[in-house]
This record gives sequence, structure tokens and C-alpha cells, in this order.
Amino acid sequence: MAKNEANSIHLQDLKPFYGSFQAVAPVNTTFASRAITAMIGPSGCGKSTVIRCINRLHENIPGARVEGKVLLGEQNLYGREMEPQAVRRRIGMVFQQPNPLRMLSIEQNVAIGLKLEGRPKKELAERVEASLRRAALWDEVKDKLRESSLALSGGQQQRLCIARTIALEPEVILLDEPCAALDPISTLKIEDLLLELKQQYTVVIVTHNMQQAARISDRTLVFMVDTSVARPRGLMVEEGETLQIFTAPQDLRTQDYISGRVG
Amino acid sequence: MSQKEENSSFYEVWQRRTQHGDLLFGWLTLFFGLVVITLVFAIGYVVWSGSAEARDRFGFGFLFQTGWNPVKHNFGAMPAIYGTLVSSLIAVTLAGPLGILIAVFLSELCPLHLRNPLSFLIELLAAIPSVIYGMWGVFVFIPFFKSGIAKPLASTVGQWLPLFAGPVAAGRGVMVAGIILAIMILPTIAAIAREILAVVPNHQREALLAVGATRWEMIWYGVLPYSRAGIVGGIMLGLGRALGETMAALMVIGSAKSTIENSLFAPGITAAALIASELPNANDSLHESTLILIALVLFGITLILNILARLLVWQVSRGPVGTIRA
Amino acid sequence: MITQASNYKQRKIVDQFMRGLMVGATILALIPLFLILGYVIFRGASSLSLAFFTEAYKAPQMSLTGDVQSAGGVLHGIVGSILIVGASLLFALPIGILAGVFLAEYPANSVATTVRFATDVLSAAPSIVVGVVAYILIVQRTKQFSGLAGSVALAVLMIPVITRTTEEILKLVPHTVREAAIALGTPKWKTTFTVVLPAATSGIVTGALLAFARATGETAPLLLTVLGNNNLGYSLLEPLAALPLLTYKYTEMPFPELNDLAWGTALVLTGLVLSVNLLARWATRSRLK
Repeated sequence: MAKNEANSIHLQDLKPFYGSFQAVAPVNTTFASRAITAMIGPSGCGKSTVIRCINRLHENIPGARVEGKVLLGEQNLYGREMEPQAVRRRIGMVFQQPNPLRMLSIEQNVAIGLKLEGRPKKELAERVEASLRRAALWDEVKDKLRESSLALSGGQQQRLCIARTIALEPEVILLDEPCAALDPISTLKIEDLLLELKQQYTVVIVTHNMQQAARISDRTLVFMVDTSVARPRGLMVEEGETLQIFTAPQDLRTQDYISGRVG
Repeated sequence: MSQKEENSSFYEVWQRRTQHGDLLFGWLTLFFGLVVITLVFAIGYVVWSGSAEARDRFGFGFLFQTGWNPVKHNFGAMPAIYGTLVSSLIAVTLAGPLGILIAVFLSELCPLHLRNPLSFLIELLAAIPSVIYGMWGVFVFIPFFKSGIAKPLASTVGQWLPLFAGPVAAGRGVMVAGIILAIMILPTIAAIAREILAVVPNHQREALLAVGATRWEMIWYGVLPYSRAGIVGGIMLGLGRALGETMAALMVIGSAKSTIENSLFAPGITAAALIASELPNANDSLHESTLILIALVLFGITLILNILARLLVWQVSRGPVGTIRA
Repeated sequence: MITQASNYKQRKIVDQFMRGLMVGATILALIPLFLILGYVIFRGASSLSLAFFTEAYKAPQMSLTGDVQSAGGVLHGIVGSILIVGASLLFALPIGILAGVFLAEYPANSVATTVRFATDVLSAAPSIVVGVVAYILIVQRTKQFSGLAGSVALAVLMIPVITRTTEEILKLVPHTVREAAIALGTPKWKTTFTVVLPAATSGIVTGALLAFARATGETAPLLLTVLGNNNLGYSLLEPLAALPLLTYKYTEMPFPELNDLAWGTALVLTGLVLSVNLLARWATRSRLK
């Protein structure tokens, strides 16, 4: 753990706001590097909001802002000198809906981040192939790199988006319900891929699917909707080793949730 | 309305909808729907038959000749065609990029509380009657343009580029008309482009932001390519408006009906302005018929342009092909 | 370790430049708006007077001292515009509304698609062409320029506006309202006329207002049909004056007094068209919340 400290993420009193509404109670936690951390919980519990704070995408919504700190190793991502563009290129994100860029080819989709950074053409081609191989997509698309990404199936598109993310060789990969729009077989492929990626990256995944969290994650954070305050908001109720969360949850609400009584 | 009806034939829907004694009501509204369709064909037919005499006499060849003298039955519509096309092209060249920039600003950058007031003001430009544009052009813009833009340009660039050559004494000319038309079609282009941009799904924007793109890179690589077809459609609709616009062009272009000048500062004429200025006091039936033939050409061109443009806009706003359904 | 891309400085400059360009474009578009409205308001207001609204045209006459006498007012234009646009509303409203009802009640079939396409084509047809059609059909046949011919041309231009607004608004009437009536066994036509149309009244008024605003400002078709008239007239069967025609004619006259009248007319016309537009906007806003 200690030797990879530089790549772990720490949330310190993280408070995401929509306008004046604080959407989630202050979050304090750590996402370890070379591990998969899952965030689970019912709809509206703020897990997606929290994950979008980590790569500073939350503030992109009109009126939204963030208080508190997100640290990558020692660096505060919300520090004064820190630009969101810099954060986002080092902390990649995969979304719920596969979102390949519609007008670009498969190849261009993977290369877009590198292209923006002005890397030479030769490097682009190498990195495209390497990323597609790591995303376990190369064999399926190597003959149609110039074709539209829309010709791919949903699962392939999602792996393309993962390839686009790892092409930048980020420190952290965030996944916001990456399998919500996919069929079970595509879902299993993505899960295998994530287990592979955690050898190198800090992986954080938001999921609706408790089995998925149990299958792949090392640690699990449980979020709930806190209805004890005037305007219900998200609340992290428990965190721990995944095995412990699913076999011996400490919090009553977690127990109810994973046994299917709520949510 | 319901999902089911979308795929059934008109006749089936009709039967289902009219079985409860609603036959009369159905037929009545259908009749008025058909009236609207008929109007379009009626316009085409009336202008076609009204131009018979001129068509028999000249065919469409007169569109490519210069020289316009109704008294001598000398009809060459080339100056009008040239003036129409050039002033409209100037308008689209100016208003196209501006309209897109405005639409992108309003939908991608503008703070929320400014968005509605600003788009309201831009739309207000479309509500001002065209005769007011013409009048403002005559009294305010032309004097300013003549001394502030045309003269300096003519004495510098105009020395070696005939397009901007003097004299600029008249003030009225093709360039002025193009600029005024640009102001008039700007809200059309901006409004359609905004509608199209609103259809771009957010996940396309986030895809770019998530790899570290700046706001402009997000727009350039994600938003604009996605909406390309619709924006082109919007520009074509703007072009259609400029081609058919009458009053502003009539008042500021200068009514030089017979010849084509090289300079954009020289007076010219547009097809619509030619019709408006001569049809009410046409000399004889051939003169009338020739002007009607010009109207036919104008109608045909704007019709084709509009159909193409709407197909482009529809194609985009109806929802792109091949999306993932969650 | 978070580091910025090596080329980020240049990219940021491009980003800032393009943002500046967009703000600039928006401001640039507002300049003519404010200039036009400003000139129309200030020059127009100074030429308004009681006579402006109560007198028709008087030929300007040079007096011995060289002063030009007042050119009268634009009462004939106001009356003419009201008559012409009023009559065109009478033609256009029934056709436009019922065609809109057709589109809203039988929305998904090939005929409705064609009607919708036709309204789009009609709303984009150059107004001068519509004027030419009215000229051929009415002026040529009757050998007489007339307010009526102008009304017909304006009605054709109004119909698409009314049809599309009616359709849009009728579609907003909640299904529950419709279904409640249909559940009681009310026939469709009765539902439409007793439940749906009244619920949509403000929307239909909006359509009429927008159509009115568009038609009042139209000039080109009137040149070919109504022609213009220096005298006060009340008959739609004769040439009439109209506000936009007066704006045009007085602009082209070489007398400053008439140019002033043009500004005054422009103020009245612009004020009318814009306020009706605002009213229509306000009516739909309160409806759509």
C-alpha cells in the first residue's frame, strides 16, 4: 500500500453542491491504488455525483460546485493552480452510456486525447494499438480502424471508451455505472478487463449492481439517501473490505440494502 | 400520437379515428389540411401559367442575358440574377459564421441567467419588419458605409481589386444590400443552429472533457461535427430568406437593372426588387409575364433550397441513426 | 502526479480566443438591433404629433418664405392597415386553425406529414411571390388594385404561422383532459370543440397575434396588390394606404418633411409589431409556465 501511495485518492470533507443545495454529506475516504473500489447504493444517493468530483467534471454542470479536498497522493486536485483539464487527462472516466465520438473513426476515437496534446503521428498509431489490445478490443476491430465507431456493438463501444481512457495512461480510472447499458456477456468482458487494469491503475467504479461490486471490487463504499435532514441528500454510511461489507455489514441500512429490503 | 399509429397506414388510422360519428369532423379538418397543401401547388401553378407568354417567347435563356429595357421589349434578367445571388452570398458569408458563433455561445458558454434575455434580443432582430431595415439602411447605414467603409476600401484595396473599386458616390449597392440582408437572416441562422446544438447529447461533450479537452476543443471536435448537417440546413434556410427578401434589397441596392458592374459598391438589382418595382406599373402583358417568370424562377430556387434544408434539419433533430438504446 | 499537457498553453490561448470571438459575435449582432430601435424611437418620436394620427396625406407646398407646410399625417395608413390585416385574419384564421386541429388530432400519417411540410414551404416562400400570385388572380382579373387582393396575399402568409402554433399548443393540452371527455362517451369533434379548443384558446390567440405581427410588417406583397393611396379610404375594393407602404414611399421622397413622416410611421409600425410579438410571447410563457 505504502509504495503506491502516490496514486491513491483521498477525499477530505468533500461536499458537492448544486447551487446552494449540498447534494451529499461530507465524504472522507481513500481509494487505494492497484485496487478496485466500488461505490454502491440506491438511486439518488450521490455516488455518481461523488465520482464526478474526482475528475472535476461535477463543476461542469451549470451552478454546480465543490467544497473540500480531493488529493491524488499529495496533490490537491482543487488547488488554486490546478486546472480541470490537467486533472481530467490524468484521471480518466468511462460513462454509463458508451459515448464514442460519433463523427470520428475507431482509431480517431482512441487517439483523440493524445491528438489534443499534439503527440506525433507515429506515437498515436502505437498507442492506439496498445490501448485497444489492453482493452481486449484489438482483434475485433483491427481490420476496421478507419470505420465509424457506431458500427460496433454496445459492449464493444464501451471497451472502445475504456481504450480511449487508457490511451492517455492516466493514474486513475473512474467508471460511472459502465455496464448499466450492456448485456450480461458484455458486462462480464468489461469486468475481466477491469480486473486486468487494476494491476496498474487506481480503479473506482460506481455500480447499481451489488453482484458486480461483490465480484470485482476489493473495497466497497455504501451510499444511502439520508432522509433525516430537511432536504434528503446522499450519505456514505459504511466503507470496508468488500467481503466484510457483503458478509458482515455493520450498518443497519447496509444490511437492509444488500439483503434487498430497500433500494 | 400513440406509438401504434405511427406505423399504420393513413387509411387505418382514419377508420379507427372516425368510427364514433366523427366522420364529419374528420373530413372537415382534413379538408383544411388539404387546403394548405393545395395553396403550395396553387402558387406554383398560377406563377407557371402566368408566365406562359414569356416562356413561349424566350424560354429560360433570357436569364443569362444582360440589358433590361421593357419599353423596347428588351428583357435580360442576368443583372437581377447576379444581384440576387451576390447579395445573398455576401449575406450568408457574413451571417453564417456569426450565427453559428452566437448559437454556440448561447448554448455552450453563456451563463444561465443571460441565456434567455440574450436569445430574446437576437430573436427580436427577426421581428423587425423588413421595410424598417430598408429605411434604416437608406438614412443611417448607407451614409456611414459610404464614408466609413466604401471610400477607404475603394481608395486602397479597390485600386487593384475591381470588386472593391469606386466610385462609391451612389452609396446604394450590392455590398450594402448584402450587409443589411446579413443582419436580417442572422436570427434565423442562429435560432436553427441553437435548436440543432440542443439536440447534441451531453455524453458527447463529456467524452471530450474527460480526456482533458478545453471548452473550445469540446465544441470543435464534439459538438460542431455532430450538428454539421443541421447547421448547414440552417444556413440554407437563411440563404432562402435572403434570396426572397424584397423590401430591404429594393431600398438599398440601387435599381441598376440593365448592366452588371464589377464592383460590389456599384448599384445593382435583385429579382424580388425588380418584380416589386415594375410589376405594379408594367407596360404590357409581355412585360408582366416576364416579371412573373422571374417570380417563378425565384419560387423554384427557394423551394428546392428549403426542401433540401429541411431534410437536413429534420435528419438531425429526429435523432441520429445507430444510437445505443439502454 | 497531475501534470499539464506540454501544449496546453497554446490550446488555452486558442480557447480564450474563440470564446472572445463568440462573445464578440453576440455583441456585434446586438449593435444593429440597438441602432435600429434607437433611431426609430428617437427620430420617430420627434415627428409624432396629434395631426400625425388624425390627418391623412397633404401634398407638401412651398410657401413664399421657402418653408414647406406640414405633410399631414398617416391616418389613411393606419385605417388601411387595420382594414387589410383585419380582413386577412378573417380569411386565415379558420383555415389555419382547422388545419392545425387536423395536424394535432391526426398527427402521425402521411397526409399530416405532407401538410406539415407544406406549411414549412409556405412559411418560407418569398412574400413577393405570394404577392405576384394575388396580383395575377385578383388585380389582373378585376383590373383594379384593391385592399382585398392585399388581404388575400397576407392571409396566405399568415396561414402557416397560425397552423403551426395551433398544432403546437393543442398538443400541449394534457391527455387526461381529452381522455376524461372521451371516457364519458363524448365524440371526438365535441371533445375538440368543447374541451380541447377552449383549453387552448390562449395558444390560438398567440398564433393569431404572431400572424398579425408578421402580416402588419409585410410590404412587398402590398406593393403589387394594394398599391397605395394618398387619400383616406375605407373600401377594401379600392387601392388603400398601409403603414409599411407609407414608410417605403416617404423614405424614397426627396422632402425632409416626408422623411420625418417615414420615421414616425416606422415608429408606429415597429412599436405595433414588436409589442404584439411581446404579447404573444407573454401569452405562451404564462401558459407554459
